[in-house]
Amino acid sequence: MLRFVALRVGRALLTITLVVTFAFVVLRLSGDPALMIMSPDAPPEALAAFRKAWGLDDPIWLQYLKYFTAILQGELGQSFRDGRPAIQLVAERIPATLQLTLPALALKVGLGIPAGIYAALHRNSAIDRAVMTFAVAGFTVPSFVLGLLLVLVFAVQLGWLPSGGQESWRSVILPVISMGLGGAGILARFTRSAMLEVLGQPYIRTASAKGVPWHQVVRLHALPNAAIPTVTIVGFMVGTLMAGAVVVESVFSWPGVGRLMVVAVSNRDLAVVQCILLLVSATMVTSNLIVDLLYGVLDPRLRGTAPAGGGH
Amino acid sequence: MTEPLVSIRDLRVAFHGMPALRGIDLDVAPGEAVGLVGESGCGKSVTWLAALGLLPGTATVGGSVKLQGQELLHAAPTVLDRVRGGRIAMIFQDPASALNPVKKVGVQVAEALRLHRGLEGAAAEAEVLRLFDQVGIPDAKRRIHIYPHEMSGGQNQRVMIAMALAGQPELLVADEPTTALDATIQAQILDLLRRLQQETGMALVLISHDLGVVAEMCRRVCVMYAGRIVEESPSEALFAHPRHPYTQGLLAALPDMVGPRRRLEAIPGGVPEPWNMPPGCAFAPRCDRATPECGAGMPGFVPVGPAHQAACIHVQPATVPA
Repeated sequence: MLRFVALRVGRALLTITLVVTFAFVVLRLSGDPALMIMSPDAPPEALAAFRKAWGLDDPIWLQYLKYFTAILQGELGQSFRDGRPAIQLVAERIPATLQLTLPALALKVGLGIPAGIYAALHRNSAIDRAVMTFAVAGFTVPSFVLGLLLVLVFAVQLGWLPSGGQESWRSVILPVISMGLGGAGILARFTRSAMLEVLGQPYIRTASAKGVPWHQVVRLHALPNAAIPTVTIVGFMVGTLMAGAVVVESVFSWPGVGRLMVVAVSNRDLAVVQCILLLVSATMVTSNLIVDLLYGVLDPRLRGTAPAGGGH
Repeated sequence: MTEPLVSIRDLRVAFHGMPALRGIDLDVAPGEAVGLVGESGCGKSVTWLAALGLLPGTATVGGSVKLQGQELLHAAPTVLDRVRGGRIAMIFQDPASALNPVKKVGVQVAEALRLHRGLEGAAAEAEVLRLFDQVGIPDAKRRIHIYPHEMSGGQNQRVMIAMALAGQPELLVADEPTTALDATIQAQILDLLRRLQQETGMALVLISHDLGVVAEMCRRVCVMYAGRIVEESPSEALFAHPRHPYTQGLLAALPDMVGPRRRLEAIPGGVPEPWNMPPGCAFAPRCDRATPECGAGMPGFVPVGPAHQAACIHVQPATVPA
């Protein structure tokens, strides 16, 4: 077990390292921050001074080395724009993003999983077909299209809800729905097929044959087995808590991490972009790690070579 | 004859309109052991899955299945939940997939104790240990805490049997209980079933495609073909004097244990598809005794000996009353 955990943690750290390295290389190759920040017609001496001040005139391998050792010491650099620590800029935006992504996650899970279970239990019924139609529509319509549509109907036409900004709790509703519905559709489909797969298994018939009432068969025998594939998808969704709102935040001019990233990328504000990528990849990797560990909890067959009878 | 425990009359099952069972009549007396033999797909398992309401919703079921006078077909779920596992228990072919992979085996047995005997906690655990002991699972104290994948196929089938016994059923339906197991384990499981039947006095229905297994375990045998029972007989009479051409064909396909070696005879052709059933006897297209009359109508049972009858128009009725 310890070996299993150590292996997974090691892999998680490697993934983060790769993401950080990749981000560094791509950002350095895709444009000169000095030109972006200072404007292209700034005097060459000013550009040179800027590059020198931020260490941009060092050879790229030295920049990378400095950057990487800094990260290891918890030092994520400063924003080119206002000189504040990048981590502080990003941290300020996290609550706003979570204000959207957490309710959206709750919507996905709270709507998608029960809908999928219900559809599977009433396979080929009218409700099953309705749920599946909705699910397919939910994840084929991109969130920004849905977002614009919602704005058009509920903000522009009906005037019930604000079209953007972060004024009150009512501002949260449209962005959360635009983000959550697609995920709910994906989860509904996955949960449904996982349930159908499980309900066809011989052990479900065994449970019925020994007199377990149907609702208990579903709750005690089918759901724990169907949870295993479903957890994978929920894990991915948890992983996108930080990065999942980039588009929707832009549509609804929401001051979160996603919008900060868009601005920082277009400004080549390297430290900020790298800090966000580090945060995003750490969230994704952490949630994957949790999913891996959860598999072991949910499915005794995946607990590796535990000695027989060791589980009590 | 004593009042039957289970009485099946004209049981018919169709899947998507395709007939799978075409009128089964079968009685099981308290404490008796009945064998049900036939090729796969002939409806042996479907008979009992239908009786307990365990077929998927796509199946249409008709006829009657009575448990001591109580109708089970289309009975309310609460009625069926009491009967399943409590009065009629069933074990299945592949024990490894018939047990829930994410639940400890002890928990799965205890569930039946909770449902049918109201046992919980320490009392349930003590009873699970006793049952494991009864079905011959060594080191029960440790094994109740492990998962199905940590046990062998034979041990899993013993767990299934313990689970079936937990509700103290009056009838155990064993659906090909040894087919997925090694030969040596097969014999052990059959011995166990025989011993348990004697100890508990429960009736046993043994579903098998293996005539030898059935002959060894059961006093009475029903041979099924294409969704109907074609011959019903005491075991000895069936092996000594099989009357239905299909039964004769099955026995001719078995090697003799004594006497000179001979070429085994296969039955030519295959079982007719459900959508392509001949109008009369379903075996006629493969039968060397078939005549045009065989296609005229479904043959009824002809008594051919004591408690021995065959559904064939070509058998001679016995002079002794059945």
